[in-house]
Amino acid sequence: MSAISDIGDKTGAALAASVKWAAGIIDPPLRWLQKKAGFNGMAAFFLAPNMLIFGIFILVPMVINFAYSMTGGGALFLPDRVFVGGDQYGRLLTCSDYSRPITCTEDQFWIAVRNTAIFVVVQVGLMIVLALTTALVLNKSLRARSFWRAVFFFPVLLSPVVVGLIWRWILQRQGLLNYILFQFGIEPTVWLTDRFWAFVAAVGVSIWAHMGFYALILLAGLQAIPKDLYEAAEMDGTRPARVFWRITLPLLGPNLLVVLVLALIRAVQIFDEVFVLTGGGPGTSTLFITQYIYEIGFASVLRNPGLAAAASILMGAVLVVLTLIQLGVGRRKDPKEAAK
Amino acid sequence: MTRVMTFLTRRRGGKGWHWTDIVTWVWLIGGLVIMFGPAVWLVGSSFKTPAGLAEFPPTILPYATEEVTVEGYDEPLPLFEVTLEDGSTAILAEARRIGLVAQMIDPNDPGEPVPVNINDRSPVRELSFEIDNYTEPFVHFDFLQYLYNSVFVTVMATIITLVVNSMAAFALSKYKFTGRNLVMFLILATLMVPLSVILVPLYSVVSALGLFNSLWGVILPTVATPTGVFLLRQYMLTIPDELIDAARMDKASEWQIYWRIILPLTAPALAVLAIFSVVWRWNDFLWPLIVLSRKELYTLQVGLNVYAGELNVQWHFILAMTVVTMIPVVLVFVFLQRFITTGIAGAGLK
Repeated sequence: MSAISDIGDKTGAALAASVKWAAGIIDPPLRWLQKKAGFNGMAAFFLAPNMLIFGIFILVPMVINFAYSMTGGGALFLPDRVFVGGDQYGRLLTCSDYSRPITCTEDQFWIAVRNTAIFVVVQVGLMIVLALTTALVLNKSLRARSFWRAVFFFPVLLSPVVVGLIWRWILQRQGLLNYILFQFGIEPTVWLTDRFWAFVAAVGVSIWAHMGFYALILLAGLQAIPKDLYEAAEMDGTRPARVFWRITLPLLGPNLLVVLVLALIRAVQIFDEVFVLTGGGPGTSTLFITQYIYEIGFASVLRNPGLAAAASILMGAVLVVLTLIQLGVGRRKDPKEAAK
Repeated sequence: MTRVMTFLTRRRGGKGWHWTDIVTWVWLIGGLVIMFGPAVWLVGSSFKTPAGLAEFPPTILPYATEEVTVEGYDEPLPLFEVTLEDGSTAILAEARRIGLVAQMIDPNDPGEPVPVNINDRSPVRELSFEIDNYTEPFVHFDFLQYLYNSVFVTVMATIITLVVNSMAAFALSKYKFTGRNLVMFLILATLMVPLSVILVPLYSVVSALGLFNSLWGVILPTVATPTGVFLLRQYMLTIPDELIDAARMDKASEWQIYWRIILPLTAPALAVLAIFSVVWRWNDFLWPLIVLSRKELYTLQVGLNVYAGELNVQWHFILAMTVVTMIPVVLVFVFLQRFITTGIAGAGLK
């Protein structure tokens, strides 16, 4: 063991030395640059690498996304594409009866929109209630609180693929869930091939994977509530339910709003764990917008990058509105919260 | 809350239980089962043989029927505990089985086989870890390559993220220059635009740069994270400017100020960003799925999904590789949980 840590220490030291050496060797040319550009000119030098990568891989795509959404055909590069104006948006948004996705020109898009809308409402609603309950429970005087916090938080770090596969394994025909239900005399169901249950599974699994994150934010909010308020309530002999409605909930309000908007933003983009779990099926019962964009832009035989770009801009518009609300809420409370 | 609770329980005399205590413990125990159970089930299952996986009722730990080599038989024979006609029990090996009747022999004294009804016997089982589930995918499939690709992407992306984000954060927190607000605004604006919104144009940019089917095509679009710049900038703003002024008086270059003064003082924030970056990049799925179409370039996440999507899902391999994919994140979690919880509670990182 000590030999291993010894090797670790030695490689660490060697690594640190070589990094130090590299940092030292670029100092003279940078001094020369500084002489030419001045103190503030060096700001440009420090910004350059990040802005270059940011510009190429985020800013440029953001801008040309609009151009893509107004072109047609299957060509990949923008100069080869045909300008079609608002046709892609028209195609996405045309329905003869808006209550029935099947009557739309792009019925898949409308099915995805409807699925996503239901998913967002159900998943976010349930998850916030569960996260708040968890935070309240963890805020009590518990022995080994960090252990219990870890229990609820642990799935947050798992990759969507791992989450999807764990639950596919549990929900399959001869899986654990069917065995447990069998013990209670309930007939086995093939959960993921049933339209209704597959959707329920998508909601449940995504709550399982993300709930701990929101519980943690709410727990931090609960711990920030001044203790003397509770002491005052104690002196007056206030009932716990009243303490919750009159002290805890109002003071937790800003945190709850941040959590709500964050959860909404992520639920709108739901993709990976559901994609691994159900692949969007059975049929289109768990097809969500991001998967629609992925299918139409990359995976489908009838690839249509223009249509995918138009759909992603519509989704982006929803996200921008949500983020602006979040930034407004976050700014009022604490500038640090606005950092994401 | 705690004091209120103690106060209330005291009024009820001694150590009485309030209904909220019951809710608390139900919630905690239920949480333990629901949150941890699936992962425990995964790890247990990953050590089972295909036969063990198909078993019903299933067991949490991997058991296998004990086997024994008997003189006169080429294959090892499974052992069973048999209830004989006189009511006594014996450990016998199964030579062959026809319908409901098995021909059993005593492994210590192989003589004439005894016919036994299969309802009168149960297999002798022992704990057995099927390590082949782990070694086979590395040796005979491409999982070693996938593992290498994932490690490469994660390490490179994290290093570049730390370097370019800290440099940008330094410029944005310690210099006053025209256009600083514009830069801040642009970075802020892109917080609203996640990768899933710019998939199509990003794909064309990456292809135009010749990075399609290249691990760098996975790495580069992820490294200029607005979140990272923000986190580090917020932290650097708390470092007093007098330190920098003093260093300039001592003729330190701006690079030295960044390298020798700012970076060491920003270490806690850098550690948080590094941990998050490792988890983010290790877990990335959608973008690698789009950029990498050649098998030998797949990351673990993409490779695992492809294998799990095949018609003939070999669950024993998939489960073992899922555990492997989970390990780095679990290690990060076990050893660095403190950083992660402060990162989330303090800055809303995810």
